[in-house]
Amino acid sequence: MLALVALSVIPSFRRLTAQDTSAIDRGVRIGIIYRPGVRPGLVMLPRTGQGLDSVRAIVARDLDYSDHFEVITLPGGDSIRLSSITGPRRSSAGGTTATRGGAQASLNYPLYQALGADFALDITAAGDTAVATLHDIAAAGIRRTLRVRLPRSSDPDFRQAVHRLADQALQAAIGTPGIAATRILFVKDGKVYQIDQDGADQKLVSSSDRQAMSPAWASDGRHFAYMEFQAGKGWLYLQEMGGGKRTPVSTTGSALDFTPAFSPDGQTLAFSRATEEGTDLYTINIKNNCCLRRLTVGRFSDNLSPTFSPDGQRIAFVSTRPGLPQIYVMAADGTDQQLFAPFDYGVTGSSNAPEWSPDGQSVAFHRDVAGTLQVFVLDVRTRTVRQLTSVGRNEDPTWAPDSRHLAFVSDRSGYRQLWIIDLDTGRIRPLLQQSGARLPAWSPRLSEATSSTP
Amino acid sequence: MKSVSLLLALGLGAGMLAGSSCGKNPPPQTAATPTVDTAAENQRIRDSIDAANRAAQEAAERLRRQREADSAAAAARSSDEVRSTLAAMIHFDYDKSNIRGDDMGVLDQKVAILQANPDLRIRIGGHCDERGSDEYNLALGNRRAQSAKQYLVSHGIDAGRIETQSWGEEKPLVDGHDESAWSQNRRDEFEVTGGGDNLRRP
Repeated sequence: MLALVALSVIPSFRRLTAQDTSAIDRGVRIGIIYRPGVRPGLVMLPRTGQGLDSVRAIVARDLDYSDHFEVITLPGGDSIRLSSITGPRRSSAGGTTATRGGAQASLNYPLYQALGADFALDITAAGDTAVATLHDIAAAGIRRTLRVRLPRSSDPDFRQAVHRLADQALQAAIGTPGIAATRILFVKDGKVYQIDQDGADQKLVSSSDRQAMSPAWASDGRHFAYMEFQAGKGWLYLQEMGGGKRTPVSTTGSALDFTPAFSPDGQTLAFSRATEEGTDLYTINIKNNCCLRRLTVGRFSDNLSPTFSPDGQRIAFVSTRPGLPQIYVMAADGTDQQLFAPFDYGVTGSSNAPEWSPDGQSVAFHRDVAGTLQVFVLDVRTRTVRQLTSVGRNEDPTWAPDSRHLAFVSDRSGYRQLWIIDLDTGRIRPLLQQSGARLPAWSPRLSEATSSTP
Repeated sequence: MKSVSLLLALGLGAGMLAGSSCGKNPPPQTAATPTVDTAAENQRIRDSIDAANRAAQEAAERLRRQREADSAAAAARSSDEVRSTLAAMIHFDYDKSNIRGDDMGVLDQKVAILQANPDLRIRIGGHCDERGSDEYNLALGNRRAQSAKQYLVSHGIDAGRIETQSWGEEKPLVDGHDESAWSQNRRDEFEVTGGGDNLRRP
């Protein structure tokens, strides 16, 4: 399995609990398996009778799924309520503004420290506003108080609002943005669905009865593209999230167009087009519906599955020019085409489905290993690959916006479904409990104006 | 046949009647009455000859119609045969798009049918098994459809009569996760898109 490289983790962790965290990510980047207790501990304070149980449950799960914390479950749950939080805290929830190092920071800090907590998160309600108070246990004070107006729990925006609250709490604790307010698009039974990253709120988003494939997010998180089989051709459509208005990409419908990918600036769509000559890569300007441009001329080889680097300068793609499909890279204008992920002729299996990480440092893809598919990650700088999975068949990886989580398709549980892996800890969880989901695409961070007091 | 022999029998009967009336020497006093009888008898005979003729004509017409129907059915049967020959699938090795030797005969039959039916237009759909990558299989299915098209075109069929399409692994013919299912799913399908109403046998 993965090598344990837990060298300088503990020193940097100490710094984390003290204040800044930007060094953490870099310090523990690749190949690290955290040992239990090395990640900062976080405890969600139990509360009763405040009507925010679902908010607390969602936030606690989001923080757990962020894999940035050891989320500490108090033994016995609510039974461990400590007199020091039940009494005075109620009055603070009544309306007074808790601030950094506030006066009524009367948490029993030594006790939580003994339980291994570095942070404690307390969520209370003030009218329609949720107040999240993040305690810094070591500093024995309040790190930050966040106020978020939440829609009713029946409102379709409710869960995303709660996810954004979780991301704010995470940012307040460790200084990096979270991935709670994100969604994943995927294909099931020929239709495109969206689902929250915590597995809730699955919803059909493709709007026709025709068979669809290959959903892709625009970097603004407000649009997506996908391919649809229609009258013997492959059509590319652009669709607004939520609204559902969809428009065919110009010039599509004459051939088999597939695997759309947005450029980071949202101006360009790269895609594969299969014709009599084989499959090649094209780009089109989707802002002005013009300027179809052919990037590859494969002749006897196919070129497909483009993915932009986050700076928009390069495109990684699949090419069959070495005989089997392998991962190549070129400048975004089609020049300077070269091998990207190294392989051994006659030994290494087919490699497909590349996706460039949002931080630009890695490209995830899958490769045939002994007749089944496994997820690999290419380090862009060193051009070395490492195998990430080995149990069952694992394919079509897609990056979370934090560039440390990947969603992928795996049959490790007996049927094909979506799973999420954290590259830093190796932790794997199923996203869905139903078979047939495939071709996942993880959204960028989905922002919406929220109110918060810093 | 039956009506023909009836006609003959009536003719014979009429001759016998005429002969018997001529051969005898009828008494002159009774000559008037037999004249009447003979006219009626002749009329009756003419009527029955007409009836027999009509029956014979109708029979011949029925026969002609039957023959026509038989040959139309035969033509339809042959059109169906041609159609099913045309629809016969070809298969591929894993991750390959070259035409296998044992499938060339299948394609040669299609060449002959396309030559015998100049208005016929077809679409070739390339398909893959579930083992490869979902999106790569669209490119592979395209290669498979193009391989068959190129074979037909290289044997003299106008490229404009042949559309191609790839379904990747999206439309398996057989459900299953073993080689017997996979080998059947790695295929080209051929469907008629125009001019397929009355297909002639090559």
